[in-house]
Amino acid sequence: MALTVDFLVQGLQMALVLVAAPLLTGFVRKVRARLQRRRGPSLLQPYRDLYRLLRKEVVLAESASWLFRASPYLIFAFTWVAASLVPTFATGLVFSWTADLIAIVALLGSARFFLALAGLDVGTSFGGIGSSREAMIASLAEPAMLLIVFPLALVAGSTQLSTVAAFMASPQAGLSVSVGLALVAFIMVAIAENARIPVDNPATHLELTMVHEAMVLEYSGRHLAMIELAASMKLLLYASLLACLFAPWGLATSGMGAAAYAVGAASYVAKVTVIGILLAVFETAIAKMRVFRVPEFLGAALMLGLLATLFVFLSRSL
Amino acid sequence: MNSLVFEIAHMLAASLVLISFVQLYQDRLYALLNTFALHSLALACSVAWQAYIQDAPHLYVTAAIALVFKAIVIPVVLHRIIQRLKIHREIETVVGIGLTMLAGIALVALSMVVMLRVTGGADPLARQDLAFALAVILLGLLLMVSRRNAVGQVVGFMSLENGLVLAATGAKGMPLVVEISVAFSILIAFIVIGIFLFRIRERFDTVDMQVLDRYRGERL
Amino acid sequence: MPDPVALVLLIPIGAAALLAVLPGYRLTSRLSVLASLLTLVAASSLFVVERSGPGRYLFVDDLNIVFIVLNTFVAFTTSIFSATYISHELESGKLTLNYLRFYHAMYQVLIFAMNLALVANNIGLIWVAIELATLTTVLMVGIYRTHEALEAAWKYFILGSVGIALALFGTILVYMAARPVIGEGSDAMIWTVLIEHVAAFDSSLLNVAFVFLLLGYGTKVGLAPLHAWLPDAHAEGPTPISAVLSGLLLNVALYALLRFKMLLAGNEGAIAPGPMLVTMGLTSLIFASFMLYRRADVKRLFAYSSIEHMGIMAFAFGLGGPLANFAGLLHMVMHSLTKSAIFFAVGHIAQVKGSQKIADIGGLTVTHPWLGWGLVLGVVAIAGLPPLGIFMSEFLIVSSTIAREPLLAIPLVLGLMVAFGALLMRLNGLAFGEPRGSSAPANASYVPMFAHLVLVCVAGVYLPAPLVAWFRHVASLLG
Repeated sequence: MALTVDFLVQGLQMALVLVAAPLLTGFVRKVRARLQRRRGPSLLQPYRDLYRLLRKEVVLAESASWLFRASPYLIFAFTWVAASLVPTFATGLVFSWTADLIAIVALLGSARFFLALAGLDVGTSFGGIGSSREAMIASLAEPAMLLIVFPLALVAGSTQLSTVAAFMASPQAGLSVSVGLALVAFIMVAIAENARIPVDNPATHLELTMVHEAMVLEYSGRHLAMIELAASMKLLLYASLLACLFAPWGLATSGMGAAAYAVGAASYVAKVTVIGILLAVFETAIAKMRVFRVPEFLGAALMLGLLATLFVFLSRSL
Repeated sequence: MNSLVFEIAHMLAASLVLISFVQLYQDRLYALLNTFALHSLALACSVAWQAYIQDAPHLYVTAAIALVFKAIVIPVVLHRIIQRLKIHREIETVVGIGLTMLAGIALVALSMVVMLRVTGGADPLARQDLAFALAVILLGLLLMVSRRNAVGQVVGFMSLENGLVLAATGAKGMPLVVEISVAFSILIAFIVIGIFLFRIRERFDTVDMQVLDRYRGERL
Repeated sequence: MPDPVALVLLIPIGAAALLAVLPGYRLTSRLSVLASLLTLVAASSLFVVERSGPGRYLFVDDLNIVFIVLNTFVAFTTSIFSATYISHELESGKLTLNYLRFYHAMYQVLIFAMNLALVANNIGLIWVAIELATLTTVLMVGIYRTHEALEAAWKYFILGSVGIALALFGTILVYMAARPVIGEGSDAMIWTVLIEHVAAFDSSLLNVAFVFLLLGYGTKVGLAPLHAWLPDAHAEGPTPISAVLSGLLLNVALYALLRFKMLLAGNEGAIAPGPMLVTMGLTSLIFASFMLYRRADVKRLFAYSSIEHMGIMAFAFGLGGPLANFAGLLHMVMHSLTKSAIFFAVGHIAQVKGSQKIADIGGLTVTHPWLGWGLVLGVVAIAGLPPLGIFMSEFLIVSSTIAREPLLAIPLVLGLMVAFGALLMRLNGLAFGEPRGSSAPANASYVPMFAHLVLVCVAGVYLPAPLVAWFRHVASLLG
């Protein structure tokens, strides 16, 4: 009986991630619009967009291969799995033993791999630009991400997300310079991975400035819907990761009962809302960087991660 | 020792190292000066905190000197000098920024390994202070070596001095001689730098050290 | 009876203050000479007056007594030399009257700083004094305001300051090592107290401290590869400053290193500083002796010769043992006297011929016999020919090396031979052969140069017994 409940809870988390992702995207867009003194699209607009896209006909280029048709599903699958592994309102769920930070990085990396291939597949030049830029960003962002995982894992004693969250919530953690540096580095990497300003503008129409959009230029219909949903879920994933790793208070542990889950859910919603607002403010306040400056930006994140690791060693040996 | 107190000291010293890295990253002269002002501010806070922990009121004087002279007066004066002399405002580096940063990380790692291994017997606060101080010194040295502009070299030297002040405060009870000497070196360096920057600009119409290098007597 | 140690310090600084305000060139140069003479008298009285015990800040012992007297003596002769030299610079328009006041005041400040470094008992005070000396010489090297002078002064400033900073870090580390044993406060920085308790210090901390001190003060000594500032600073500054740099400041920096070496010698666990000093010394020696061959500027030639000799001294102290230490101490004194004598000669020669390039100078013994033969004697001395003082110390070093580390004797002798050859070759071109350059009579003071050379000749055959006793005692302390 308990097992069924556990599976239900896990299923609930998977569904939550799927359903809430477009809401987060819509929310960020709304806040940005308000900050720019516009009224902005409704909060539910992304849902309407997805619905519209799902009903439309798929138009394929003649040179598209099977990879082009399979990629959206693959990308969606990888991202959904990764997103459902990150604790949102509770840790210690049924599948959480697989929820390893490195596994999540690997899943997201696979998704990106297929996206880049799809961009190259049709043979247009803009797709090529997008894929090459994406590869450049990835080549720096992934090592930076791993270097962020190191100090966290060293401090908490494991790369399992539940363990890290439990440690960070406990009083043992305390003020730590390394974790602070890791936080800053994580935010920088998250911005790069999610293709937000200042790395990439998600609302741009100019192909020459695109990174993520350029790769999906040729997609239409349900394929495009899957990819858009995957991108929203990725944003939600990073927000949940930020909340669970660095601000894990209020997280319920599995089996604590419905009340605890409710508290967990409420705190989760609050945290994601705050993160969404902060993201919108940040995007409005800053201009997009030129593409050749992105390696410097990510290099700084890499370096912060390295410094965080060094400082952990320093504190250990004192 | 109270752990929170220790953590704050740790954070202030670590922020000093971090700001040194930010200095390494800068390629524009005004930004470099502002970062240096921030560096000295962090030093002043760190020294003041140490004065509180060690219950050593004379360190407050050092903190005040660092704040007034190095965080306010010297950046303002260098700002004016740059404006008056119309010094070209971008600083070229000898090697690319990425390589410089990697070298910086290597130096920080080296200084931590060396200082932690060597100061086995001392209390943790002094040990971490010395480790961070050596890191700041080496990063200041790297800044001096990797910049071709005379003002960049001067800023590198001053952040090196900041590291020395941190080391001196970490060594508990070091008498006033050191504080006087450190303040004295700030003053004299300032005067000499002022004279030289003006004279060099006057003679060479530039402060790019590579131009100066042409007048190096006899290549080896 | 005022304390001679205090006098040695107060006279120069008082003179500096006075010289900064007095107008007129002749008065200031005479006053500078007088002040230097008084300082010399005060220092010599240390030989006869009963030595007081070590104070908190100042003290006199067997090591620094000779160096104080040497310092003040060379400062005195250099002030005589600079009186005639600078008057010529004034006449030829290279310097103006304001700069002259500045020069004389700075000179006395420099003497004060060096004396302070020698008599200081507090390691922090040693550092302050050497920093002050560096800064004054930086200002004086740049005094001509030409392109080359500014470049030399800027390079010297940057490298010197970095060295000084590293030396300060080393000083802080020594304090850190001393604090658990002696307690907090200025007691842990007093050298005489440190040497008593050094056996109980943490060895690894002392090691790291010495590395920093070696790097820092080693830059001031001019050991390769930290020597880059030395040739330019010698060539572009006024010649009295080159004489003082080579003859005195390098010695003071080496003295500071020796003080710390004595500390390390007292602690068994500490790393032997020997191999480090030996390596740097040999590198300087070999590097400088090869560089001697291609020099085109006469002052730069002798600057490299200074690097070479500093390398020999570092090698000797690194080798250790009573004989090598004794030889190193003797070499310090002899080199100081000889090199400054050479620079006295070179200064006047360069003024007369109007150029520092070797190609422009020739046939000196024909056109200016006093200067020419003085230079010949000086170069022969510095190259290490018997029966002059430097031959004695070099011989002692070589024999000590052969006895203890025969393999090291090979590069040592090789370096010495190469330098010997280069110097004699250059001397040939400078002093003998067809006269080149102007033959106008030199308005020079020969007394300082010959006074030094006479001392060096005498020391080659006879050393006064108290001197030998002092050096032997210090050699045993150096370990």
